[in-house]
Amino acid sequence: MKAAEFDYVRAASLDEVCDLLDESGEHKIIAGGQTLVPLMAMRLARPTLLIDIADIAALRFIEADGDEALRIGAATRQVDAERSALVRAHLPLLAKALRWVGHPQTRNRGTIGGSIAAADPSAEIPLVAVTLEAHATARSKDGDATLALADFFHGPMMTALQPDQCLTEIRFPIWSGRVGSGFHEVSARASDFALVAACAQVTLDPQGVCTRLAAALGGVGAAPVRVRAPEALVGRMLGDDAVVRAVAAIDGEIAPEDDQHVGADYRRRVARVLLARAIIEARDEALRTS
Amino acid sequence: MKRTEITIAVNGRAYHRTVEPRTTLVDFLRDELRLTGTHAGCEHGVCGACSVLLDGEPVRSCLMFAVQADRRQVTTVEGLAPGAGELSILQDAFWETHAMQCGFCTPGMLIAGQALLNRTLDPTRDDIVEAIGGNLCRCTGYQQIIEAIELAARRLRAANAPAEPARP
Repeated sequence: MKAAEFDYVRAASLDEVCDLLDESGEHKIIAGGQTLVPLMAMRLARPTLLIDIADIAALRFIEADGDEALRIGAATRQVDAERSALVRAHLPLLAKALRWVGHPQTRNRGTIGGSIAAADPSAEIPLVAVTLEAHATARSKDGDATLALADFFHGPMMTALQPDQCLTEIRFPIWSGRVGSGFHEVSARASDFALVAACAQVTLDPQGVCTRLAAALGGVGAAPVRVRAPEALVGRMLGDDAVVRAVAAIDGEIAPEDDQHVGADYRRRVARVLLARAIIEARDEALRTS
Repeated sequence: MKRTEITIAVNGRAYHRTVEPRTTLVDFLRDELRLTGTHAGCEHGVCGACSVLLDGEPVRSCLMFAVQADRRQVTTVEGLAPGAGELSILQDAFWETHAMQCGFCTPGMLIAGQALLNRTLDPTRDDIVEAIGGNLCRCTGYQQIIEAIELAARRLRAANAPAEPARP
């Protein structure tokens, strides 16, 4: 379990990162390294140059963009987002999901942008980004590009990010009104990869009628899946039975596979149960707000 | 491949070395500095035996390269004891509650437990379970480790309690 040889540069600025990424070669950015270093140890990744962005303070921030969105710098550590009052207040779904990301030792190093760039199919942060239709900004020598994370994740470790691009920030939309969120996950151990993860966010009107709903699943395919069937609940009261019936209709939208941990059928059943729980948790949370 | 000069403060002492970039922090600590208290287990971030404090926070030393720790402060299990031949309050509690058997996970458990106690002296059982959730132990079933951290927290709280008022 030793990485192959590589060269290492601690970049002083984003311009230096972009210059290095523009050169030919197997160049990889390292931030926290909590996904990349295991891949390098197993030699599934063999970069020839590691570009460390740890010294670039401009990539570490959490800022509200009015009440529209929360902007999180790509190299912001997961632990800093987890402890952020802004995240708890405006992105409770992300706050809940972060508790499930790895464990304290990896959250102390792992970053928000790193988790998105690494695109593990069972990862929680990409799942939240897909649910909330977050956008990322990526910098290259050609300038900044905005990427919709809803169609960013193509498969394990495969994303819309180009080899010459460095993620700089993630912009998570903030919902207004009576908002509630829910996150549920099943894994072999508390800190292990998700077998299935489900998240949901809803908005209710003063009478408790659902006016907006977003739901997504992780671990049931090569990338997080935004499922549309539960959106049939918009315009209705979110009674437990109605939620369970709406969630039963997701089957055609997911394509889980067997692996060494569990079978596809298990994943289908757990996906339905967890998603119903997530929507019900979101409903109850929204009902508690006025 | 280009070797890189680094300076890392380990247990309060600065070490200047030239390393291959692919040297992990755990290999640097064990092979370069001969600080073999930190254990190399799975070497890909699963077992937690290699946990150290980086600028006071627990991290996996197998999941970072030594070059990434340049100009940072590292505390290993050797740095927890107050002096040579002595035990910290947490180490003593591990001894007393028999929170180890083979001892392979112990340095990582001590680092994870100490990191928690540095943040709070009043952890709940859930806090303790969460703090050691990334550390595997195949001997104890974890219960004595949880007890040890609870015992150390109790002792540290008592050590910090105000003195009894003097009797008239």
